[in-house]
Amino acid sequence: MVNPKLKAPDGPPSDVEGIKDRSNYLRGTLAEVMQDRISAGIPDDDNRLMKHHGSYLQDDRDLRNERQKQKLEPAYQFMLRLRLPGGVATPEQWLVVDDLADKYGNGTLKLTTRQTFQMHGILKWNMKKTIQEIHATMLDTIAACGDVNRNVMCISNPDISEIHSEVYELAKMLSDDLLPRTRAYHEIWLDEEKVAGSPEVEEVEPMYGALYLPRKFKIGIAVPPSNDIDVFSQDLGFISIVENGRLVGFNVAIGGGMGFSHGDKETYPQLSKVIGFVTPDKIYDVAEKVITIQRDYGNRSARKNARFKYTVDRLGLETVKEELENRLGWSLDEARPFHFDSNGDRYGWVKGVRGKWHFTMFIEGGRVADFDGYRFKTALREIAKVHKGDFRLTANQNLIIGNVATGDKKKIEALIHQYGLTDGSRYSALRRGSMACVALPTCGLAMAEAERYLPVLIDKIEEIVDEAGLRNEEITIRMTGCPNGCARHALGEIGFIGKAVGKYNMYLGAAFDGSRLSKMYRENIGEEDILNELRVILPQYARERLDGEHFGDFVVRAGIIEATTDGTNFHD
Amino acid sequence: MQLQVMNSPFNQEQTELLNRLLPTLTETQSLWLSGYLAAVQSSSSQAAPAVEELPAVASGSAISKEMTILFGSQTGNAQSLAKKAGKTLEGHGFQVTVSSMSDFKPNNLKKVKNLLIVVSTHGEGDPPDNALTFHEFVHGRRAPKLEDLRFSVLALGDSSYEFFCQTGKDFDKRLEELGGTRIAPRVDCDLDFDEPAAEWVESVLAELNEGQSSVNSSGTAPAAQAPAAESVYSRSNPFRAEVLESINLNGRGSNKETRHLELSLEGSGLTYQPGDSLGVYPENDPELVDLLLEEMNWDPDEEIKVKDEVVTLKEALHSHFEITVLTKPLVEKAAKLSGNEDLLQLVSQSDQLKAYIDGRDLIDLVRDFKPWNGTAQDFVSILRKMPARLYSISSSLEANPEEVHLTIGAVRYDAHGRERKGVCSILCAERLQPGDTLPVFIQHNENFKLPGNPDTSIIMIGPGTGVAPFRSFMQEREETGAEGKSWMFFGDQHFVTDFLYQTEWQKWLKDGVLTKMDVAFSRDGDEKVYVQHRMQENSKELFQWLEEGASVYICGDEKHMAHDVHNTLIDIIEKEGGLNRDEAAAYLAEMQQNKRYQRDVY
Repeated sequence: MVNPKLKAPDGPPSDVEGIKDRSNYLRGTLAEVMQDRISAGIPDDDNRLMKHHGSYLQDDRDLRNERQKQKLEPAYQFMLRLRLPGGVATPEQWLVVDDLADKYGNGTLKLTTRQTFQMHGILKWNMKKTIQEIHATMLDTIAACGDVNRNVMCISNPDISEIHSEVYELAKMLSDDLLPRTRAYHEIWLDEEKVAGSPEVEEVEPMYGALYLPRKFKIGIAVPPSNDIDVFSQDLGFISIVENGRLVGFNVAIGGGMGFSHGDKETYPQLSKVIGFVTPDKIYDVAEKVITIQRDYGNRSARKNARFKYTVDRLGLETVKEELENRLGWSLDEARPFHFDSNGDRYGWVKGVRGKWHFTMFIEGGRVADFDGYRFKTALREIAKVHKGDFRLTANQNLIIGNVATGDKKKIEALIHQYGLTDGSRYSALRRGSMACVALPTCGLAMAEAERYLPVLIDKIEEIVDEAGLRNEEITIRMTGCPNGCARHALGEIGFIGKAVGKYNMYLGAAFDGSRLSKMYRENIGEEDILNELRVILPQYARERLDGEHFGDFVVRAGIIEATTDGTNFHD
Repeated sequence: MQLQVMNSPFNQEQTELLNRLLPTLTETQSLWLSGYLAAVQSSSSQAAPAVEELPAVASGSAISKEMTILFGSQTGNAQSLAKKAGKTLEGHGFQVTVSSMSDFKPNNLKKVKNLLIVVSTHGEGDPPDNALTFHEFVHGRRAPKLEDLRFSVLALGDSSYEFFCQTGKDFDKRLEELGGTRIAPRVDCDLDFDEPAAEWVESVLAELNEGQSSVNSSGTAPAAQAPAAESVYSRSNPFRAEVLESINLNGRGSNKETRHLELSLEGSGLTYQPGDSLGVYPENDPELVDLLLEEMNWDPDEEIKVKDEVVTLKEALHSHFEITVLTKPLVEKAAKLSGNEDLLQLVSQSDQLKAYIDGRDLIDLVRDFKPWNGTAQDFVSILRKMPARLYSISSSLEANPEEVHLTIGAVRYDAHGRERKGVCSILCAERLQPGDTLPVFIQHNENFKLPGNPDTSIIMIGPGTGVAPFRSFMQEREETGAEGKSWMFFGDQHFVTDFLYQTEWQKWLKDGVLTKMDVAFSRDGDEKVYVQHRMQENSKELFQWLEEGASVYICGDEKHMAHDVHNTLIDIIEKEGGLNRDEAAAYLAEMQQNKRYQRDVY
């Protein structure tokens, strides 16, 4: 019995649907166009497919006009994003990626808000070599972008190290098992032999089908009370339920997502909603069935409305839950109680189980590079050479040197001191709680600066913060160059979304624990206006806040901003 | 032999008359008659320069009025001088045939009585492309005895090179060895060749007139004149062209700087064809002039005579004389002027002198051999006149009416402890602004021309600034809607920064104006890849194009690139054509002979 509400929206398929359809399972003409030497770029259609291989074409936008005058094509280069479930990498893998960034990339690494490495500036003819070297270190870039399940996130907070390995294994399992099955990646990048003949659709992509998903799909696993992965921003979130120190299962939350378009109220950020509880052995089934619901009923006509959150809102939460239970053949249990207190990281040394230590360091903008007087990238390389544990990339663009044996701690500490690495304590709590997407110059979507500008803006906000006596008050501040939300802007207590170069929409009122979206406070303002607003609000917060009251809650209570109670009233 | 209708082109009546006349002639009369007939024949077929028709002149003591002028020319200077000399001689009643050495059948050489050679020298004393075969023939075993030949050589060169005018010297020496007699001594011209070339023609004429037994006494000789349609602007009267645009074509981070200049020819009447060059008279770097003035303690405002003009010393050094290159003659004259013992010692040692002048300029010289005697006027008088620089034109007049575009690589390097800068290229790169003017003239180059047939395929090999004429070719073919296929090979250091005119090539490819393009960037990978490697990779297809009649063009660096590309072409012809090495070389030589293989190298 099929619920009559269950149907995909009408309308002709979008361009991208056609491209996927014609692509022969994500192959397109990629193999040929990557060989072409006359342009460092590739055609748009192939670039759409390229995303499914973990990469897309960008150009250095700082040079765009200049090069046009010089009769040179844009400075085309590829961004390459790795698949790194839960953000865990071995020291050997760190060294490989570090080296690749120098050899083929722009000499830096970006640690992303989805816990993985991103390299920028790779030229077309170096892509294959880069991917092959990544493959050789047991990593890949499959499905790091594109209309498929993306890198699966999981908590990296070391406070819960006793169950970290358990949820990490589940995250990895989900990531591996939900991969596309096409051999395109292996043929194009790894020179594997072509699959003979043209196999049946079902054989190639039993879950995704030839058209894959209508849009990207994101999964994350949180362990309360830490919401470091912003579980409500995921299409599908699993909230670990730990009882008596033991992982008993997960609350399932569906329909979150950050992106929207300026001026289009049909698009909005949304938080996922909890629909029930499952035991750990069931989460693959749940994930697969949720994905197939989105596959079947997601909007393939309008990409702007194609994320799962819109599917859920359109069909209704109950209908989707019902259909999920239909497909599972069993019902979810009632959700268990849980409590989050923060979506940030815990900095510094923490002692976990089995005598292992974890050091969380602050990385501004997630950028690993050697700066003047601060050889950060070199420092991490030196640490990787002696480190015997693991590295964990956090969802807040920070890094944990994980699982350091007590006997090795001194050695790591010495390197931390030698290179002046920081747990962030020398910065304001505001800066430690900051996050920015890449934006200019490489991101094609950016309308304004983010990663390059937020540190400068924070310098100025810090003056206000210091004067107000809020230096050690944790406030999350997030900036993105466009509304697509790579830095989960709508969950920052102070959020900025780029509108034009030097102009931002300013958002307030998100919850510190990631359970409430923000709302627009001022539209299209520049630095001076931003600072003027904060010169009023931050001192007011310092004076009037309740004991333990976070900034995001305060601005709502004080009536500075109205609370966004659901994504559907984000624009109200 | 009795003439008959069957064995001669004459009719019955003519054969009877001839058969009556011929046996009565004395030897001298026969000779005279044959010469006379030949001369009549030659003058009536003026328009057809085809060398097969070169008249065989009767031998004998009479001085023939036939004159063959052969030129070997790379940039067109020798060619235009040869034509000019031809006009002058014609004005004095000579029957003149002017021909490129490559068009001349070497076997006809022994029939030639009067020969003038105008030839330039390239690189390490090498002949220009269109003189290669003839040079080889004359110096080879098959060269005939030339006892009856009277000749004279005009050699063009650049005295800053070690083997100055070497090719002219070669011909001069060899023709004498083969038994020829000089009409007038060889003249070696430096970059400023107009005057010595005119003097050479005068002395040739004087000698010829002196020894002439009058057959047709010549009438008054009009001086050679430029064709009426030509612009009033020329090498000796350059046009000041306004700079419309100056762009660095190399992206940020490049090791190179290549200037794209757009100049206005509006009002000049100057025209050009794809493949032609633009001559530019540059000015010296003011900093360098100041340095020289300072070093010599000269008064910048001192009045100096330059030919018939009086200018300030500063101005003379700035725009009239070359101060950035040392030549042997210059250093020799300087030694005489100064009497400096060290310098006299240096000029007496050829090897040491050669080593010294390499990479040094006037400032080095005046610093190294202080103090100096004589006045500034004395010193300036020994300097070479500022030579014009020739650049392959990178635009088509069809596509850009009244404009000319250049593609100039900025030359900067360190030598002997100082940064050195190319005079013209750095003027264009650093000082020239839109709105400024440059003195220019058109240097036609008949040896680098698109095929006459627009359907003929072309293969263009032009790495670096060698790309210039091919941009012109493409603009022309796009503008005229030529249907012939085209294939471009380009190379430079880095793809990202050095792909000159990249977006234009991409558009031509997309629009089908350009059929195929291969690029090689030498510093992007572990292994250095050059255009010849791309040619090798495509050898089969490339040979196919040759077999189908494609013309091949090479432009750019002579020393390495052109040489390697040439050998690669032979490799490809050998491999794909199933020929041996000699046959492959002959295949290419024949292409060259048929103007299907043309080079503009420097």
